[in-house]
Amino acid sequence: MERKTKINAEDGKQEILITREFELPLELLFKAYVEPEIVEQWMGTKVLKLENKKHGGYQFETTDPKGNKHGFNGVIHEFVPNQKITRTFEMENSPFAVQLEFLSFEELTADSSKLTIQIVYKSVALRDQMLQLPFAQGLNMAHNRLQDIFDKLK
Amino acid sequence: MELRRDVFQAIADPTRRAILLLLAAQTMTAGAIASNFDTARPTVSKHLQILTECELLKQEQNGREIHYHINAKKMKEVADFIEPFREMWDDRFNKLEAIMKNYKPKD
Repeated sequence: MERKTKINAEDGKQEILITREFELPLELLFKAYVEPEIVEQWMGTKVLKLENKKHGGYQFETTDPKGNKHGFNGVIHEFVPNQKITRTFEMENSPFAVQLEFLSFEELTADSSKLTIQIVYKSVALRDQMLQLPFAQGLNMAHNRLQDIFDKLK
Repeated sequence: MELRRDVFQAIADPTRRAILLLLAAQTMTAGAIASNFDTARPTVSKHLQILTECELLKQEQNGREIHYHINAKKMKEVADFIEPFREMWDDRFNKLEAIMKNYKPKD
């Protein structure tokens, strides 16, 4: 299958670029970021608050398989419909510093659009750590699976 | 002629990536690795063979058993540590796309 989502993380920089082309008209792509019920579906999170305006804020909450709740929040700095959203993103109760996100939405054709997200982190080290987080989580899952197997052998 | 294995081709497969993740934590025998998958044992062996051929895994004879472990140097070369991050976003965006393709405006 074609790799639609691209990550560009240059060595030694404290930012990354995520790009993705969608087979969706621009308005629908943008709507997916604005309507709380839709955000909930594709992000797999609960939307506690989503104020789509300058100086607005948002609050999300996810529940992991163990039932622990994790909060995320941020402030919206720029909100231009069908063009851009600039916001901060912070994981609550985590050692990770807040990050700055520039989302830009572009029309490609009447039925396709492109999203570019530039994320700026506090440091190069933090960026590298965040990039490896899903890898580390996968590792944990593999660990837990092994633990389950060993527990059964006992 | 020997078939040349491409590292990037090797890690493009989800089962092989899962094997690498398992082995990132510790050294394992082929049997122990296979028990983590629903796939048939010969299929897992084939994956191990491919990963070994492209040097992402190393074999170590330990008595009667062969243990597999990750070749960290080669893994770094691939810099595939970012791949799960990309997949996480790719999954989300695929979902977004599927949901919006079925979107019916309320009125």
